Amino acid sequence: MCGIVGLFLKDKSLEPKLGAMLTDMLITMTDRGPDSAGIAIYGGAEDGLTKITVQSANPDRDFATLDQDLKEAIGKPVAMKIKSTHAVLEFPADQTEAARSALAHLRPDMKVMSVGDSLEIYKEVGLPKDVAKRFDLSKMTGTHGIGHTRMATESAVTTLGAHPFSTGSDQCLVHNGSLSNHNSLRRQLAHEGIRTETQNDTEVGAAYITWRMREGATLGEALESSLDDLDGFFTFVVGTKDGFGVVRDPIACKPAVMAETDQYVAFGSEYRALVNLPGIEDARVWEPEPATVYFWNH
Amino acid sequence: MQKFDLAADGLRQLNATLHSLKGKTNMTAWEIVNPKGAHAIAAGVDAPVEITVRGSTGYYCAGMNKQATIRIKGSAGPGVAENMMSGTVIIDGNASQYAGATGRGGLLVIKGNASSRCGVSMKGIDIVVHGNIGHMSAFMAQSGNLVVLGDAGDALGDSLYEARLFVRGSVKSLGADCIEKEMRPEHLALLAELLKRGEADGKAKPEEFKRYGSARKLYNFNIDNAAAY
Repeated sequence: MCGIVGLFLKDKSLEPKLGAMLTDMLITMTDRGPDSAGIAIYGGAEDGLTKITVQSANPDRDFATLDQDLKEAIGKPVAMKIKSTHAVLEFPADQTEAARSALAHLRPDMKVMSVGDSLEIYKEVGLPKDVAKRFDLSKMTGTHGIGHTRMATESAVTTLGAHPFSTGSDQCLVHNGSLSNHNSLRRQLAHEGIRTETQNDTEVGAAYITWRMREGATLGEALESSLDDLDGFFTFVVGTKDGFGVVRDPIACKPAVMAETDQYVAFGSEYRALVNLPGIEDARVWEPEPATVYFWNH
Repeated sequence: MQKFDLAADGLRQLNATLHSLKGKTNMTAWEIVNPKGAHAIAAGVDAPVEITVRGSTGYYCAGMNKQATIRIKGSAGPGVAENMMSGTVIIDGNASQYAGATGRGGLLVIKGNASSRCGVSMKGIDIVVHGNIGHMSAFMAQSGNLVVLGDAGDALGDSLYEARLFVRGSVKSLGADCIEKEMRPEHLALLAELLKRGEADGKAKPEEFKRYGSARKLYNFNIDNAAAY
């Protein structure tokens, strides 16, 4: 099992409440995934700045002078926002590559959770309510976001085994299910130069999508081909800069419910996750079809 | 009318109360408010009572039902009326996957659409779906009747035993050993009765349906296939 929630706002007046709404949905899915939780949240796309979210096992040491160190390395202003084990670094968009290589050099032990104009990813082990509190998720604002509660089946309960997984700039993936060909696929991807960090099956799913897009596929095409190349059970939700996408394997055992109103499009592993959304009583509620790729965009 | 607020008093209290009705007949009408997609609402009821759920339910609503008439004024999550023994379950909205799975008796009516695996391994239940059903429906269905006013998804009736399947619309594909069969007068009569009980007699006529059943080719091992094992 695992729980997935997603919320894509059409009504701008709800944007200040995005974090609060997603947090409520996430906590409702605790009994589908009490091991760890994560959230990807999108906002601030048009400010000309790039954000890198980093994670550290030793945040006091790694984050102490990180903004200063990065500023010196790239010679441009850097803003830093620390949230527990994660920090979001913000700098001019044309410095993305310089900042990535500087970070790898400055703090080799730190992990990059996400890179992009608008995406921030936060994830940790623990109950969803504790993870949400740790990162103050309910205060976050934004245009859309996805969340995941994990019940581990294929690999250890660790921060890096939690979802969402980054699949590229402003892109991420969460997964409910289990992939059975992840070991062979991991080896094939390694030959293609795509590196994975854990023994986690979903990370391989994310790496597969990264690889397909590197080879020229659109995200939609990468998701279409995942239906042929990934063996196992999956409901995937992918976050993109301006929306999110959903795809379920052809057997579609893993549950998925969607709801749409004039104000939002929402995703939940169960209807329970959606019951506190405004106007849900009159929303159009349906289940996404198996082996069909859906996208919602601004 | 007995009213139960699930948000205030909780699921265990609800089901304990409903289970204690066994044999009693003086509190026959129940209304459950604030279901909010909770799991196992009114599962295991064994009394001739009328229960109305005001809203949408989560997993396994009305599971193992005996005798009761349970109306869901919303949509139902996975496994609604799973292993129902008798009684009636009527859903105004849609039903998620494996509605009526393994049901041994009674009647399940879905006024919207049912998703995948509707009636999987059904063993005597009657299911009437006013809309469409998803893929792998009636997989290994053993007995009972599945009536679908709309369309059926892929692999209908795969590895079917003796359940009867009636579909008015299109069938995307038939599963292994499931074939279209002749509609005889007794089937038309049965269908007319099922449509009436399923509150669908004004919506469709028996003559509009096709009947599907088992070709019975999987019942015995075919010795010509021995080399495959």
